[in-house]
Amino acid sequence: MTISIAQIRNIGIAVLMGLTVAGCGYNTIPTLEEQAKAKWGDVQNNYQRRADLIPNLVATVQGYAKQEREVLTAVIEARAKATQIKVDVSQLTDPEKIKQFQDAQNQLSGALGRLIAVSENYPDLKSNQNFLALQSQLEGTENRIAVARRDYIEAVRLYNTELRTFPGILWANTFFRGNKPMAEFTASENADKPPTVKF
Amino acid sequence: MTAGHTPSALGGRGACLAAAIVALLFAIATSFALNFPALSGRVVDQANIIQPATRSAIEEKLAELEAKSGIQIAVATVGSLEGQDIEPYANELFRNWKLGEKTKNNGVLLLVAPNERRVRIEVGYGLEGTLTDALSKVIIANAITPRFKAGDFSGGVSRGVDDIITVLTTDSSEWQKRPPLRLDNQQTTDPSSWLLLAAFIVLVALLIASPTFRWLFLNTVLNILVSSGGSSGGGYSGGSSGGGGFSGGGGSSGGGGASGSW
Repeated sequence: MTISIAQIRNIGIAVLMGLTVAGCGYNTIPTLEEQAKAKWGDVQNNYQRRADLIPNLVATVQGYAKQEREVLTAVIEARAKATQIKVDVSQLTDPEKIKQFQDAQNQLSGALGRLIAVSENYPDLKSNQNFLALQSQLEGTENRIAVARRDYIEAVRLYNTELRTFPGILWANTFFRGNKPMAEFTASENADKPPTVKF
Repeated sequence: MTAGHTPSALGGRGACLAAAIVALLFAIATSFALNFPALSGRVVDQANIIQPATRSAIEEKLAELEAKSGIQIAVATVGSLEGQDIEPYANELFRNWKLGEKTKNNGVLLLVAPNERRVRIEVGYGLEGTLTDALSKVIIANAITPRFKAGDFSGGVSRGVDDIITVLTTDSSEWQKRPPLRLDNQQTTDPSSWLLLAAFIVLVALLIASPTFRWLFLNTVLNILVSSGGSSGGGYSGGSSGGGGFSGGGGSSGGGGASGSW
């Protein structure tokens, strides 16, 4: 069997086209998308981690401050509500869903803030080793949430920018037509901070 | 009427654009222009509060720890947090210095901001299970802040570093199973790359030899390209260790640790 020069040339062109497709950023959109999804996983994990701390915290506070029933119930209810709302990675493009998630978590943050503020009134509780450990874990988790949120926001920014700018926009309008920009966190940072309680 | 209106509208739009650009530049400046001290050694005493003798003693201990376990601890004192809270500042400084090995993220940063009276232990992903938030808090509350309160910065830092090392090197496996270290990336030089190369050569040979296969192959490739936005896994790059002196190994932190004030 003989191989003509034209055949070799054709193969060469096919290989070259394949390489060019990869070289021109065909992979960028899926890569950034997967990164943003992974970062969302971190965000959700850290919120879950906070939710996991709460039963222990509530039990400890209850031992010293039974009369603060209202605050304790608010935390338990807010936790139940917040853990119900999960955002699947396929729903990241839905601003409504993200807002629901965010609102539920913010409500829990507020309830937790009041619980911590109230516990300031109980010296025995404040010096309880278990409570101190839980409090530092809670602080650490809040900080992890802040870091994970920042990373996610940055990943979404990169992904959305790629979809809207050259050369990504070419791929976004051809092969990745199904890819929509992801919703960003919209609430101000202050919404995350516990409200200050004055006496 | 319209002739008089248009220039002012244009001017308004231009001003708007200019304002937007300025705002953007400002946002970029405030979010990225943190002036981190250079990682000149294991102890970066920018605020100048640690005595030279203590400093060299700490550096020796930390070098020994890294030689034994690969764990990178750095101590930093800064003159100013530049208006930031200590938590985000510490996290960004940690990531900037890339403390710890890239695959294990086993770094720790002890950051002191004497002017803001804040201190933080920032723990890399890989050590979160050992040096927990609660333990970090205990170290800050018991070893560090009482001495800082008395003005003894050298003593506080030195004792804090000792306690961190103790926590990290004490074998707790008897009573507590450590969580697996977080692995961010895998080695890429494995035998499968040779397999891939072989497969590629076979593919090219088939493409040359058989016109039918060639036709099938091109068809399939086109089909895949047209029909899918298939997802491919992303990978990180960055963080390499330069030669000479002390440098971070590429580790990262997700905000573990604790902070305190005095």
